[in-house]
Amino acid sequence: MAEIHLKSLAHSYSKNPNGPEDYAIREMNHVWEHGKAYALLGPSGCGKSTLLNIISGLLSPSGGEILFDNVPVNDIPPEDRNIAQVFQFPVVYDSMTVFDNLAFPLRNQKVPEPKVIAKVNEIAEILELQNVLKKKAKNLTADEKQKVSMGRGLVRDNVSAILFDEPLTVIDPHLKWKLRRKLKQIHEQFNITMVYVTHDQLEASTFADQIAVMYNGQIVQFGTPRELFERPNHTFVGYFIGSPGMNITEVRRSPEGVFFGGIDLPLSSGLNQLLQAASSNNVKIGIRPEFVQVSHEPTDGAYQCEVLFEEDLGTYKVLALQLGDWEIKAILEENAVSPTKTAYVTFPAQWLKLYIDDYLVEEVE
Amino acid sequence: MRKVENNKAWWLVMPVFLLVAFSAIVPLMTVVNYSVQDIFDQNTAYFVGVEWYREILTDTRLHDSLLRQFLFSFAVLAIEIPLGICIALMMPTKGKMASVCLILVAIPLLIPWNVVGTIWQIFGRADIGLFGSALTGLGLDYNYASDPADAWATVLLMDVWHWTPLVALLCYSGLRAIPEAFYQAARIDRASKWAIFRHIQLPKLKNVLVIAVLLRFMDSFMIYTEPFVLTGGGPGNSTTFLSQTLTKMAIGQFDLGPAAAFSLIYFLIVLLVSWLFFTTISHMDKDSKGGQHGNDA
Amino acid sequence: MSLTLENVSSVVDGVTHIYDTNLTLEPGSFNVLLGRTLAGKTSLMRLMAGLDRPSTGRVLMNSVDVTGVPVQKRNISMVYQQFINYPNLTVWENIASPLRLAKVKPAEITRRVKEVAELLHIEQHLEKLPMALSGGQQQRTAMARALVKDASLVLFDEPLVNLDYKLREELRQELRSLFKARNTIAVYATTEPNEALALGGTTTLLHEGHVIQTGPASEVYRNPANVEAAELFSEPPINLVDGRITESQVFISDAVHFPLVQELQDLPPGDYKFGIRPNHIGLVPQNDDDLELAVTVELSEISGSESFLHVRNKHFPLVMQLSGVYEFHTDTDVNVYLPAHRLFVFDMQGKLIKAPSPVVGGIHHG
Repeated sequence: MAEIHLKSLAHSYSKNPNGPEDYAIREMNHVWEHGKAYALLGPSGCGKSTLLNIISGLLSPSGGEILFDNVPVNDIPPEDRNIAQVFQFPVVYDSMTVFDNLAFPLRNQKVPEPKVIAKVNEIAEILELQNVLKKKAKNLTADEKQKVSMGRGLVRDNVSAILFDEPLTVIDPHLKWKLRRKLKQIHEQFNITMVYVTHDQLEASTFADQIAVMYNGQIVQFGTPRELFERPNHTFVGYFIGSPGMNITEVRRSPEGVFFGGIDLPLSSGLNQLLQAASSNNVKIGIRPEFVQVSHEPTDGAYQCEVLFEEDLGTYKVLALQLGDWEIKAILEENAVSPTKTAYVTFPAQWLKLYIDDYLVEEVE
Repeated sequence: MRKVENNKAWWLVMPVFLLVAFSAIVPLMTVVNYSVQDIFDQNTAYFVGVEWYREILTDTRLHDSLLRQFLFSFAVLAIEIPLGICIALMMPTKGKMASVCLILVAIPLLIPWNVVGTIWQIFGRADIGLFGSALTGLGLDYNYASDPADAWATVLLMDVWHWTPLVALLCYSGLRAIPEAFYQAARIDRASKWAIFRHIQLPKLKNVLVIAVLLRFMDSFMIYTEPFVLTGGGPGNSTTFLSQTLTKMAIGQFDLGPAAAFSLIYFLIVLLVSWLFFTTISHMDKDSKGGQHGNDA
Repeated sequence: MSLTLENVSSVVDGVTHIYDTNLTLEPGSFNVLLGRTLAGKTSLMRLMAGLDRPSTGRVLMNSVDVTGVPVQKRNISMVYQQFINYPNLTVWENIASPLRLAKVKPAEITRRVKEVAELLHIEQHLEKLPMALSGGQQQRTAMARALVKDASLVLFDEPLVNLDYKLREELRQELRSLFKARNTIAVYATTEPNEALALGGTTTLLHEGHVIQTGPASEVYRNPANVEAAELFSEPPINLVDGRITESQVFISDAVHFPLVQELQDLPPGDYKFGIRPNHIGLVPQNDDDLELAVTVELSEISGSESFLHVRNKHFPLVMQLSGVYEFHTDTDVNVYLPAHRLFVFDMQGKLIKAPSPVVGGIHHG
């Protein structure tokens, strides 16, 4: 059972870091509550694996503290932190059977053999591994191996958190669905804190109650999948979450709003006031493809754009449009008839977001 | 998978083929030829059939040196393989120390065989050698030139000193190839050092160990120069190994026929034992053989 | 140039990797090979490239038999899952290497390397060594090397698997536009249905060594030839339930039944397999022919813009894909609606009998 608290945590791989760019993890404060499922989402090199290894104790942070239930664990080695970790490439003990693999952590703790047998069988049943218990682990398929490495974490009574480091990388899509579902069920059943590192937004959002999006060694937003989708706090979140990501373009101030590539886009008066008051000239607007309203005919307040191309993605279509110098993508449903040459788009005020210095600016309600 | 046929490939392997033919097959056939004839001079030779083989197989000199040879080779394997693994495990993995250690460990491998013999000849002398005088200083009655047991131990020690580094280097590179995640997972599973060795390192070293065992067996089985320089095969015949017996026979007594038969038997023994080693080790995991699916990281 | 496989098969050590296959790749076409791990994608590509010789059949290029012609003589490029570049050569030299081998004039090399580097957005990294680049840039370098020599056939073996999800999206789109203007045949192997759809072009479904269907991506997606094709080309996985049609009723698994709807009236009574895509099941009725089904929620997954609902009734499970956010606790009882006109009907051997007819307005545009 553990609440994991990161207190002014920072990490640099260089001995004498000069400036923030030398830090893999820039100073952060964060709390992972007990029993919840979290995802750490970000591109490669954003520091997410570093953070995971700091939590598990495989890496010692160069600054700050990490606490499990308010007890600092900086100096406690991984084996004494009661955590389990599942790696990107399945780690199984090749020469042992599946049963012995699952029993390994228990036998290492000198658990009496009858209890080992009972516990291993229990976990094997949950993971649907009963039929392969006698097989040598090296003959398993990738998804079975990954279940075995997860099982080695679950057999221990005292595990307080399971950490996943891109566990589905080597798994085929149709099995990813099954395995992900298994993970969720296990989470509901075991009440264990889970932290899941991935670069795949779908994996992150379907797995986690809350997602921390990491970018350049920082958590740029922490929220539910819905919050990340509807209110991206940073342009990077807008870009990274969603497929295709948010439409974002750099704009200049105009008296009533913003201006780009020959197009004047007025903003609500409240938003406009905030914009005019800000000193930075790094101003961007963004809207998700899901929220762009497309019509065949001109409507009130609609902008005329040129249709670039359409992609049929099976369950939905993506329409690419040119508005001034801005290439916009809009998502249409599977059966929609999309305009072929000219389209008219509107941006519902609720979904048009303003970013100054890449951070979201909103009216206070 | 059936490859695209391309006759050019034959031209490419031809030089190797010729080389092997001239360096191995032709001499081998010459030896076979000698082994079935009684040769007096260049022009006088009689076909004697398997006579030489019969003689050699009943020769007690051969029996003694063969036994000695097996004892020696197994002692070499029993010491060098575990010791090599231990050294590899203890070597640092990162930083300057890693390269310094690598060089230090590799030094004995760079010394020519006869020099190794000479080094130990001096090293082991009770009057001026460091090793010999140290043992004598401790009150031990050590003299490799007169005591068969001492001579034996010295030859063995010399071989261990000379060749354990090879095993260590092979194992070291094998160990470096194990992904970090395995060690991390094992730590989290609270595996003891022994369990990590038994269940991660040893299985992953298997292929490297096959090579190490084969190399060391074949090499030690054909050892010649070092004991020849150190003890000349003595005292008595206590350190006369197979190759030296053979040499004595072929060059010392000029018994070409028996020597040829001897070397063929010698060759077959090396081949047989190497094959035995290879099949046993690579089939140790027999029931786990089978289709490998997915990524094996 | 066109590439034809004629009755090609591949048997290695008694194991059949590719069964009797006939396939024609049109000049300038973009072909996606979709199949699971070990389905034979790589084997098939190796046969196309001439890296392996087929056990039976012929490979034709522009109607000329090239079976047995080694890969070096075929003007082919290949991009692999691993980022394969010469580690000791700069990006520039890496890209230029196939041209140098072909003894192209230096001025021409300079021009073409520059051009392809710009296309792949690596022009600012030309002086670096591959190891100094990110994964995405390394793979761009490998792709540039494959594209620079104007090969008549370029093979991509799951080239984006080791890249970030977002990078995949970008490179995928770039790849499509790169090949639009070329007369090269591109073949792209993937395990992901969504990638096949995003790349478009011609999709060939490969299952356990058999080519089970070929056609334009969206056509194959909407008219899968059999159950395997439907399962292979659906993410989330398509829902499949055994059932039967009688004179007046439709049974889905033995227990759920409803009056025979117009859509299914043409079918003779008998046993069938029914399939429905997860995104076609709704929480509210949308048409008159919707079938109402009482189910229990097993799990709900929310991805911001979409929700995946795993539900089951007494007899079978269903997966639903809903746009928008729907949070349900496990074991909640809900009613879901299956539009009858969206049902795929397969016979008991798995062959497609009836695909959903295109809905009004669902006709192809673009």
